[in-house]
Amino acid sequence: MTNWKVILNIAKTHLLTKIKQTSTAALGVTFGIGAYITLVCFMTGLNGMLDDLILNQTPHVHIYNEIEPSEKQPISLYQDLKESFNVVHSIKPKLSQKKIHNALPIIKYLEENKNIRGVLPQVKTQIFYIAGSIELGGNLTGIKPIDEAQLFNMSDYIVEGSAEALQSTDNGILLGIGIAKKMSLKIGDRVQLSPINGGIFPLKIVGIFQSGIADLDAVQSFANIKTVQRILGKAQNYITDINIKLYDIEEAFPLAKQIEKQFMLTAIDIKTANAQFETGTTIRNLITYAVSITLLIVAGFGIYNILNMLIYEKMNDIAILKAIGFSGKDVQLIFMSQAMIIGFVGGVLGLAIGFGLATLISTVPFQTEALPTVDTYPININPLFFIIGFSFAMLSTFLAGYLPSKKAKSIDPVKIIRGQ
Amino acid sequence: MSIVLEAKHINKYFKKPLLFHVLKDINFTIKKGEFTSIMGKSGCGKSTLLYILSTMDTDYEGELFLNNQLVSNQSRQHLSYLRNKHIGFVFQFHYLLSEFSVLENVMLPAKKLAEKSIEEIEHNAMQKLKILNIDHLAKKRASQVSGGEKQRIAIARALINNPSIIMGDEPTGNLDSYNSQNVFNIFKQLSNEQDLSLLVVTHDEDFANKTDRIIQMGDGKIIT
Repeated sequence: MTNWKVILNIAKTHLLTKIKQTSTAALGVTFGIGAYITLVCFMTGLNGMLDDLILNQTPHVHIYNEIEPSEKQPISLYQDLKESFNVVHSIKPKLSQKKIHNALPIIKYLEENKNIRGVLPQVKTQIFYIAGSIELGGNLTGIKPIDEAQLFNMSDYIVEGSAEALQSTDNGILLGIGIAKKMSLKIGDRVQLSPINGGIFPLKIVGIFQSGIADLDAVQSFANIKTVQRILGKAQNYITDINIKLYDIEEAFPLAKQIEKQFMLTAIDIKTANAQFETGTTIRNLITYAVSITLLIVAGFGIYNILNMLIYEKMNDIAILKAIGFSGKDVQLIFMSQAMIIGFVGGVLGLAIGFGLATLISTVPFQTEALPTVDTYPININPLFFIIGFSFAMLSTFLAGYLPSKKAKSIDPVKIIRGQ
Repeated sequence: MSIVLEAKHINKYFKKPLLFHVLKDINFTIKKGEFTSIMGKSGCGKSTLLYILSTMDTDYEGELFLNNQLVSNQSRQHLSYLRNKHIGFVFQFHYLLSEFSVLENVMLPAKKLAEKSIEEIEHNAMQKLKILNIDHLAKKRASQVSGGEKQRIAIARALINNPSIIMGDEPTGNLDSYNSQNVFNIFKQLSNEQDLSLLVVTHDEDFANKTDRIIQMGDGKIIT
């Protein structure tokens, strides 16, 4: 029985004759949605960038051999002293090797796991950088450059040279930008390295990287895993760390626990290692949504107010519509559709404005030492935000229109007509 | 002659501010083609009765038949449909939708009924306007025409769905004698030529005296 054509026609006429109020109400929604889209694109863009900064470089599970004192001292195993009170002073860790025992079979085993995207062995060691008379302490990590670039976006942080160059140069080294500056070295130069146990090895600089964390850039450098093993005089099975990248980050914690149990190694998952990062992201998201929802609620009250006024103005019209055969439901639909039209037009405009602003922001230059690969503000334009924004516009206008239209539905035409 | 409207034992109470028995056991019938007027002093309940007969007021006791069908205690949705199809209204104040054109105002009830195509409705509306000699106003905004013209537009709107009965609540109450005469002539013509039933509440004795039948009301009862 609902005659949409007539209802929409009346709604349209009401809106068009009150174009000023209509546009004010629609603009409220437009600004609400526009601000939401802009904010959320900008905030999640920033979040994404900050996450990338740390999380992308961090393995999902990091396996290594922790050197620590034994939990149980031999005396506690001695049955005769079980009832007595033992104090052991000056406990020292047991002498053990830094390398992961049986690293190659473990890697092979892990690679067979379907949840794991990649397993990367590393050799970490302390060395001295020697250039002329300067000696600097630092860390050298032996890696598989191409795989690192693939799984941990290493290329993003190489400001000069490339991961491929490192892979193909046997005696190559990828130097942190801090070290390069301190020692005034550039690509093609040679730097001499001296491991703790002596000897000097000249390596050719094939690249310079900048991770964005200055402390790290001042000590860290990378070389091929074989080069590092050779410098240390170790065999090919000398692996100190294994980094795992998963398909699903949520599986990091159980996997780390399982590895610890199975291989008697230390395994740290990404969430434990970067707990404060999660918190930051959550809080930023919370702020974004709190602000956007506030804006939309304000817009919703605007619509509520305007529709309420409209209904008071249109009391006579409502009475006459009811007298000539429109049911209460028809009248309610007329006012509901007005609210929804305002929501729809305002919402779509808001999405367009939000998109425009977000795109504009993404062209604004943003340069910082810490982020070598970023030169404009990061923006994350995700269709999901537009769907959420639009649904929220429709929902808030629905709620704002519902109460006034319900009132219109229940207006008694007799009272209005006789009241004149 | 067939009966268009029949009221049986209609009682109505106003509950606020005090319990007040407005209509006391009203019984009457209106036949097809009959031009009836209801007269009575202010407060005697004649308008109250009209709004009960119009199906807009549902808070009463008794039975009301429209075209021999019981309409008391029907759903509001259905009552809206009955009003739309069978009853035409003319009020003291003209009650046009001021933002719409004259033609759109006339077409609105037919569009709501949606039994005909838009072209047919438009054609019919123009015809009704022509009968009332106001077809030249069709494209004007309803807020831009004079009072007498507005009342004729309201009559055209009441006629658009070819109703069984037209009800008027002092349709001439707000018009000068020339326009009152005009409206009366239109009603009379409709009653004679199209065999339409009319029920008009009025204070105007001249107007009432010219109708087929006068129902005199006093203190919530029908006197004659």
